[in-house]
Amino acid sequence: MSDTKTAAYICKGCGLGERLDTAQLANLAESEGKCAITRQHDFLCNQDGVGTIRNDIDNEGVTHVVIAACSRRAKTEAFNFDDVALTRANLREGVVWVRPDSEEARETTQEMADDYVRMACAEIQYMHQPAGNQEAGSNKRILVVGGGVSGMTAALESSKAGYEVLVVEKTAELGGWAAKLHRRVPTREPFADPQDAGVVELIKAINDDQNVQVFLNSTIVRTSGAPGRFSVDIGTESGTTTTENVGAIIQASGFRNYDASQLPELGFGQSPDVVDQAGLEELAKQANGKPIQRPSDGKEVNSVVFIQCAGQRSNAEGHLPYCSGHCCNTSIKQAMYFKDANPGVDTVVMFDDLRTPGNGEDFYRSAQRKGVIFTKGKPQGVNKNNGQLEVKFHDMILDEDAIAKADLVVLATGQVPNSGADIEQLAAASDSEDTQNENAELTVPVDSILNLNYRQGPDLPHLRHGFSDSHFICFPYETRRSGIYTCGPVRRPMDIAQAAVDATGAALKAIQAVENASVGRAAHPRSGDLSFPSFRKEGCTQCKRCTVECPFGAIDEDEERYPVFNESRCRRCGTCMGACPVRVISFENYSVDTVGQQVKAVDMPDEFDEKPRILLLACENDAYPALDMAAQQGLVYSPFVRILPVRCLGSVNAIWISDALNSGYDGIMLMGCKKGDDYQCHFVKGSEMAYDRMGKIDDTLQQLQLETERVVTHEVEITDIHRVPQLINEYAAKIDEIGMNPFKGF
Amino acid sequence: MTNTVATNETILVVGAGISGLTAALESAECGKNVVLIEKNPSVGGRVSQLYKYFPKLCRPSCGLEINLRRLKANPRIKLLTMAEVTGIEGEPGDYRVAVQLQPRYVNENCTACGACAEAVTAEIDDPYNYQLKQIKAAYLPHNMAYPQRYVIDPSILGTEDAEKAKAACRYGAIDLDMQPQSIEIQAGAIIWATGWKPYDAAKIQPYGYDRFANVITSVEFERMMDPFGPTGGKLLRPSDGREAKNVAFIQCAGSRDRNHLTHCSRICCMASLKQATYIGEQYGDDSDARASIYYIDIRVIDRFEDFYEQVRADERVHFIKSKVANITEDRANGDVILHGVDTEGYHRYDNPHELCVLAIGMEPSVDASQINGGVASDASGFIAAGESTGAIFGAGCATNALDVNRAVQSATAASLRAIQVVNQVARAEA
Repeated sequence: MSDTKTAAYICKGCGLGERLDTAQLANLAESEGKCAITRQHDFLCNQDGVGTIRNDIDNEGVTHVVIAACSRRAKTEAFNFDDVALTRANLREGVVWVRPDSEEARETTQEMADDYVRMACAEIQYMHQPAGNQEAGSNKRILVVGGGVSGMTAALESSKAGYEVLVVEKTAELGGWAAKLHRRVPTREPFADPQDAGVVELIKAINDDQNVQVFLNSTIVRTSGAPGRFSVDIGTESGTTTTENVGAIIQASGFRNYDASQLPELGFGQSPDVVDQAGLEELAKQANGKPIQRPSDGKEVNSVVFIQCAGQRSNAEGHLPYCSGHCCNTSIKQAMYFKDANPGVDTVVMFDDLRTPGNGEDFYRSAQRKGVIFTKGKPQGVNKNNGQLEVKFHDMILDEDAIAKADLVVLATGQVPNSGADIEQLAAASDSEDTQNENAELTVPVDSILNLNYRQGPDLPHLRHGFSDSHFICFPYETRRSGIYTCGPVRRPMDIAQAAVDATGAALKAIQAVENASVGRAAHPRSGDLSFPSFRKEGCTQCKRCTVECPFGAIDEDEERYPVFNESRCRRCGTCMGACPVRVISFENYSVDTVGQQVKAVDMPDEFDEKPRILLLACENDAYPALDMAAQQGLVYSPFVRILPVRCLGSVNAIWISDALNSGYDGIMLMGCKKGDDYQCHFVKGSEMAYDRMGKIDDTLQQLQLETERVVTHEVEITDIHRVPQLINEYAAKIDEIGMNPFKGF
Repeated sequence: MTNTVATNETILVVGAGISGLTAALESAECGKNVVLIEKNPSVGGRVSQLYKYFPKLCRPSCGLEINLRRLKANPRIKLLTMAEVTGIEGEPGDYRVAVQLQPRYVNENCTACGACAEAVTAEIDDPYNYQLKQIKAAYLPHNMAYPQRYVIDPSILGTEDAEKAKAACRYGAIDLDMQPQSIEIQAGAIIWATGWKPYDAAKIQPYGYDRFANVITSVEFERMMDPFGPTGGKLLRPSDGREAKNVAFIQCAGSRDRNHLTHCSRICCMASLKQATYIGEQYGDDSDARASIYYIDIRVIDRFEDFYEQVRADERVHFIKSKVANITEDRANGDVILHGVDTEGYHRYDNPHELCVLAIGMEPSVDASQINGGVASDASGFIAAGESTGAIFGAGCATNALDVNRAVQSATAASLRAIQVVNQVARAEA
């Protein structure tokens, strides 16, 4: 610590100079804050102010900087010094903008500012400029699992950017389902006719590409490591295994067709002339442009009924609850197989909602021009009668039951993802084995796709309906396993066109992962963060909480059950740090100390001052910006609160709570993001973990004979601009009601 | 800002909505240098104007905050706001792009303290709120605006107001003499992410958007829910400011229609389902408020089906399978009357509603055929897929009607295509 030199800069602009005694703040930074240099400036974010700081760093040896001015979210272009450890005391949005400009309020407003300067100075003493991960892996090869359209596209696009690719395909051929298609839905104007599937060209491009190596009849037997240094055992059917090192993984393991034999009511299995869409493609391939013949007797098909949503969009047992997205366009395409060969064939598409988004609408119109009939109807059953099939249905337009006769019936069934093992189910199963629960129902084990040797299970977590987890609005490629990206129908049901775009995006993310890993930078959402968790082995009690609670499966266990941190899998949320009961996990610039010392730095008035202190730990992604914006709006809140931004509520260590209570805080608020299935936590499980842990704090409070209201947790959204000050004020009133913390002054 | 250093290994991203931001960030996080230009004074585009996202009903500004943090932290991205492309010359790996910068009249000294807005009296129509609200002529575009820097509207130049704003600023941030500037940016590849705009609702004559106050568009409805929006977060209908509790949604307003947009705009079904939940949010469970959705097909593919099911289970939401024929107005009370035929059972209806929301279609905000540089355009003006367009790559809604998730996928894919080009340039030069 001998070569650190801390400087504090106190801005007097934006009303800070008028509203606050900045000389007193400077004194505090020097005396209590131990800053070697303290400067006040009228307008710190201008060229002169920034130049002053720069000069102190360059010529005065300053290594640690405290900027006491506006919020850490403001003026980031000006206060951009990436060669020093830096913290910001929020005197504008955190103090003067949320307090009335009155004589009466002056004292408590100044106390807020004093405390924020104390906190910043306390934090900076324990902060270090991150050095970056020294064990970064530099392998930049990309592994693609699956050789269908998604996998081949991902491989080719990665290769075009100059990266070496390995493709592992479990069957004997590349091409996947798309190779079995007669034609595909059109992708360009005028979107009128089926077009060539283009799979032959894709396969040729793969085979011609020197950057791409293909393993057929192969699966992943074992995957270990981390981005930049994955080690993958590729097993072939014959039993041989090759070990390859790669930097990132794209999982394009695709889908399988829903098993139509679960739909006997729609005639599948009852008559060979009831087929699914894959079956129809086979028939069309055989016919190859000539009239399609029905399987039972080879008779040319003169009438065909397509039943949409067969076994899908339904909550019936064994059905798929979702819509597979492509099937309406696929049935239209298949109806055209008949119409294009012989316009006289009756083709009926029986639907509930005809779903042809985007330019699918042009294709739909083209089918109408070709004479395909679209009937809004609810199918009730398919039966054989005199060598013909009869589709019983309720006609939704005429509101009556009707029968459509057909030579052939095609069931538009859905896509079922090949997403491997459900690791949550596995974990639950192993728990129940542990407890010898005889009643535990073990489902049929599914072969793993990746066989990760991770502590948290062999595959990516599933999210809903068995699809691999990914963020499905803002950040579609974020899985819970760093450096492993899914694309195509394993992620959500999709058509070929979308899968190709998806695969290209996944390739970008894989490339980004290997580039970031090679220089020790974090992946999304703390992109570029060079800090990473380290742990003090001698203090560790092998309790495994960090390994279990890490939302990203970044931490494994060694033979002695000590945690093994895989830095490039880590997203730097700090959930492990929050989990650790013995506080041995820390980041260089974010640790039990950087936060804990801030908690302790606040000046604690005694019991008789009637000035309670409330600690507010706020998620920096949503709650903290909401507080900033409340300040922007001039909303006022209690001067008794001290706000401390945290990376994620998941990083909150219980010691901060008990230290705060012991040092006399009267109440503690936690504000994090929404938890649960529709979580909004950027670290997936962080806020949920915080809730769990705070649930346990209640017991501690009761043991201390403290009111449970002394610690409260709120789910807050970034738009809760009016609500956050209100929550603070209501809580301040509550504290007033229950009285001061009896531990004050002890 | 004119000293932007760009080389033929730079990626130029045009448009800083969710697609452009994504493309810029993903490229920069791969180690590429990016120039990101945006014609508006702040980034975020149309998602920053949304109240909630479907299907999670979460806040768009939450994801925007993450993207802003990524942007602030990344020295590889040079952002230029109030900037528009006026010409593209050159070829893949070597483009020279002419960019026109409009004056903001506020420089980087701005601390967003708000003193200028307090000083100014003139008001303008707020573009962020689709002109439904008046704001001061010195303004921060919205709460989350980045750059967090005020704008002086040119309409007050030369007036006393402009001088008042200048005098109120203690930081020398207001420069009323700023002039438009033309600059040239060199780039190896270009990502075109200029997004979409709502179809002009007035063109759908039978629906009377230009005649009836209580016929509004879905984007306007979205703004009404925002506590900082034109109605302070209340569903107040424009004619008389009364709470609207009987709200109709007309699907395919301008879409799937040979007289208007031939394509399906993809997002509008989910958007209306989402907006139907706003009625419940606004009035609670006990009210008699209701939403009626007039639709041809409810197009909510893949897992969105879950959301459809959830909304369908709400008794306050009614579905009528019908393309509405026309709308008339009840002059006595300002209600709008929807006329048409419910095709399920073929029933004629004349249904009064207090407010009618047109689920308006999406068209590209820039017609791709007008982008010089050889971009292929489809009949709707979207950048055509799969065509060879040199090293100008469409991203997001400039390429098709897409939801946020797909726009982000598209932008991520475009980022890779641009990187392929600049990597090739780099290899050739190495």
